[in-house]
Amino acid sequence: MLLIPCPWCGPRDEPEFLFGGEPVTRPVPAEHVTDAAWADYLYFRDNDKGPHREVWCHAAGCGQWFVMERDTVTHSVLSVRKPGEPA
Amino acid sequence: MRYSSLSLLRQGLSGHQGWPAAWRSATLKRRYDAVVIGGGGHGLAAAYYLAKHHGIRDVAVLERGWLGGGNTGRNTTIVRSNYFFPESVALFDFALRQYEQLSEELNYNIMLSQRGILNIGHTDHQMELMARNVNAMLVNGIDVELLDAKQVRSELPLANFSESARYPILGGFTQRRGGVARHDAVAWGYARAADALGVDIVQNCEVTEFHIEHGRVVGLETSLGPVSAGTFGLSASGHNGVLARKAGFRLPLTSYALQAMVSEPIKPVLDTVAMSWATGMYVSQSDKGELVFGAGLDLYPSYAQRGNLNVAQGVVAGMLEIFPPFRGLRMLRQWAGIVDVPWDYSPILGPSPVGNLHLNAGWGTGGFKATPAGGYFLAHAMATGEHHPISKPFDLSRFSTGAFIDEAAGAGISH
Repeated sequence: MLLIPCPWCGPRDEPEFLFGGEPVTRPVPAEHVTDAAWADYLYFRDNDKGPHREVWCHAAGCGQWFVMERDTVTHSVLSVRKPGEPA
Repeated sequence: MRYSSLSLLRQGLSGHQGWPAAWRSATLKRRYDAVVIGGGGHGLAAAYYLAKHHGIRDVAVLERGWLGGGNTGRNTTIVRSNYFFPESVALFDFALRQYEQLSEELNYNIMLSQRGILNIGHTDHQMELMARNVNAMLVNGIDVELLDAKQVRSELPLANFSESARYPILGGFTQRRGGVARHDAVAWGYARAADALGVDIVQNCEVTEFHIEHGRVVGLETSLGPVSAGTFGLSASGHNGVLARKAGFRLPLTSYALQAMVSEPIKPVLDTVAMSWATGMYVSQSDKGELVFGAGLDLYPSYAQRGNLNVAQGVVAGMLEIFPPFRGLRMLRQWAGIVDVPWDYSPILGPSPVGNLHLNAGWGTGGFKATPAGGYFLAHAMATGEHHPISKPFDLSRFSTGAFIDEAAGAGISH
């Protein structure tokens, strides 16, 4: 089981958290976004093997979202930061 | 050698010392007509159908580990075609019909046991949804039957019918043609048949790099050296996304660990596959007597081929809730396979953004049952450069057109 260091609450057990996908940036302005670019934003992912950037929510805790870098092979947590904080 | 009762008798009399290897251990050549990446059931089936139906026998199957050692050896061996949408039914029932005659076709016993797959409903809402699904499946020509509680009880006498059950059993539905098949035998049977037609099966051969020129793959770098071909197939389940990125594009996939586990072997107690809609647990009994059961996904990306304990506990708790007598059993093994899950839970078949690289991806949590179909349609795409009519709705383009085949919602189950 993962021990996840919530940037607000400190280390907590995995079942308290919700994986929210890879961080993505919505393409703008909408009228210039092609179908392909929109599909890329909605569905296409890096799905990295190894270090992987993810957003997580401490759903059963403080309810806050944060960015976590995690190794998808070893499952070790490499870093966490609050949204907007520099990497 | 053709397997038969006569060959078995003959080998038995000579102490089983004379069986030839089922397939050659091939060395990688530098050039083939076609190369399939991934030596699981799907990739081996693709090589077999390339050789058998398309006359392309100069084929290599590249396997990073050992043959059938990925998800082919990690699933719960269930076969069925009780899907909701006509496109899915065409695809999965094609696979089931292939399975029904595969032992004969391959001269290899895949131990298909059509013992039925019984979905259990626990609420009025689930029973209404089941009735709707059963109607849709009947319209699509699938052999399903809606069952009331009494009928379920006669098929699953060990299930929890007590009045205090947390999840009361109100009924269910069954597909009698569903069941289980020996997963290793499917891979070995295809491997042997493909090898007999001249296919090179190369194990311990990891693809490390794609050489792309003018939008086409001209060659691969592998751990055993370079190889080139005219047409390529990508059939690496959980690693399809990783390989796609080496080829310069991304796929709408997320790789998760899917768990399964077995109990110690016991005498026969369960003669169908049971699946509970309340707990998401499904269980069958293997020929060795072990209860084989699973499981949901660990819901974050993983390439670790192991699942975490909290999910395993949830699965075991779900099974014991539905089958309290199994409480006394000990667990024998627990494992996970890495599955490539697309957003609509339907596979991604056919062309990729790279001209001569064809996809057999996104089978997610349900690839084993589709093994013959995955191989058949990948071979078709590799040989002709075009979709088979059955694989066409599963094209990658659906992610930008929005023409999804949303089986997660359609079938009410995720695998």
